[in-house]
Amino acid sequence: MVSKKIVLHFPNRLVDRPIVYKLVKEYDLKFNILKAYVTPQEEGLMVLELIGKEPDFNKGIEYLLSCGVKIQPLSQDVIRNEDKCTDCGVCVPICPSGALVVDPLTRKVHFYDNKCIACELCVKACPTRAMEVHF
Amino acid sequence: MKTIKEINEKIRKGDVVVVTAEEVIELVKKKGHKKAAEEVDVVTTGTFGPMCSSGAFFNIGHSKPRIKLGGGTVKLNDVPAYAGLAAVDIYLGVTALPEDDPRNKVYPGEFNYGGGHVIHELVMGADVRLEAQAYGTDCYPRKKLETLINIKDLNEAVLFNIRNCYQNYNVAVNLSDKAIYTYMGTLKPNLGNANYCSAGQLSPLLKDPFYKTMGVGTRIFLGGGVGYIAWQGTQHNPCVKRKDNGIPQCPAGTLAVIGDLKQMKPQWLVGTSLRGYGATLIVGIGVPIPVLSEEIIRYAAAKDEEIYAQIVDYGKDYPQLVSQSLGEVNYAQLKSGKITIQGKGVPTGNLSSYSKARDIAEELKSWIKEGNFLLTESVIPLPAADSGYGPRLLPERPWG
Repeated sequence: MVSKKIVLHFPNRLVDRPIVYKLVKEYDLKFNILKAYVTPQEEGLMVLELIGKEPDFNKGIEYLLSCGVKIQPLSQDVIRNEDKCTDCGVCVPICPSGALVVDPLTRKVHFYDNKCIACELCVKACPTRAMEVHF
Repeated sequence: MKTIKEINEKIRKGDVVVVTAEEVIELVKKKGHKKAAEEVDVVTTGTFGPMCSSGAFFNIGHSKPRIKLGGGTVKLNDVPAYAGLAAVDIYLGVTALPEDDPRNKVYPGEFNYGGGHVIHELVMGADVRLEAQAYGTDCYPRKKLETLINIKDLNEAVLFNIRNCYQNYNVAVNLSDKAIYTYMGTLKPNLGNANYCSAGQLSPLLKDPFYKTMGVGTRIFLGGGVGYIAWQGTQHNPCVKRKDNGIPQCPAGTLAVIGDLKQMKPQWLVGTSLRGYGATLIVGIGVPIPVLSEEIIRYAAAKDEEIYAQIVDYGKDYPQLVSQSLGEVNYAQLKSGKITIQGKGVPTGNLSSYSKARDIAEELKSWIKEGNFLLTESVIPLPAADSGYGPRLLPERPWG
């Protein structure tokens, strides 16, 4: 048996199709919805825990990909709420991976999310709570 | 050389020359003090940092039947306000916390919501819950009030900050072996980081170090609206050591400021949480410096390299009130991202947004250029560097 948490991105054309139902019916997978944003005409997002036998699990994933669903492993993502950030820079020395950097000219704080290791130290240190944890 | 009256005449005519406290540095370098002082009429400054001695007065209007909040209790979105005034006047301080906030019981506390956040929401135009209890009198019979309030319906909403706009500040470090959570932010153990809190070469009182143009009655940019210097701030400390250029090398002068909260903007008054320390408000302030003489532009053109701050240990020295500097650094070094303390390279972080300070100086510049902001003569000066004025320690006298 395998159990994995994954993030599914549905293009808007798939939002009204019973995709998760197929995972149960055709591939004998159990699922637990951790988070879902599904609105008509918009890209849907779902965070699923998917449980089943390994061959079934892999076929289920193949099915999802063949439908055009994008799949990411679940890692918590730290993002910056641009409306809340005041570009003070107090987060910069807190960040262990160099993902937060002050531009020497503009003195604005850049957030390089590809360098972010999601340790969340900045989330707690930010005075205006601009750094947010998202799935 | 020039008078404020003459500068205001130019503002009215639309031919005033205004530069920011950053731009004046380049200008003086290019043209010299004399020429620059002739050309420039006003230098605008700015600062945008957490300022805890801030708060607002509200007159909420009389209810029918009447209630006397004075002597009772008042909460705004669960945050207690001060009700020791007349019937419907209250004051909300930015560090006030809801009764059920766990504070530092779960250490370090998060302090997600306090008085500063309530003021921020009011300025945004949001409705805020007011809950009040009163004891009831013959003329004010009502004992309970629960209502939504909105800034637009209040008779007065006045921001009145008793200490803002510090002239210089400490660089905070932690020599202990545990992380600490301070008003200067989170300080990692064993000199893990060095936090400072000043706009340096853009900061109002660093650009007029002897308060020659700023005094009681000076009109300023306050929280995105127009405000005034009301008084010297509490703990105003003008007589500290200064460098040869006149700039204090440690925290010195302060301002008490006042202004109509109804005109202010949420982007320039931001509710803030300092982990393990408390809730507060980031306040945006900009002060115009009229270039009345060559001397004034000489001060206004001071650059980061010439402004020094002291490195202070917040692990032990600061809490125990031990006055000791671990060394001094200038703001150019602080802004480089790394300073050296006791032979160790230490990364720096600013709690005060330099880019927003720059935006404030630019905004004030455009107000003046567009003729929307005239300069004022101060009514009385702030206590000066040779006044002997300064804060004292508490002489504790236990009784019984």
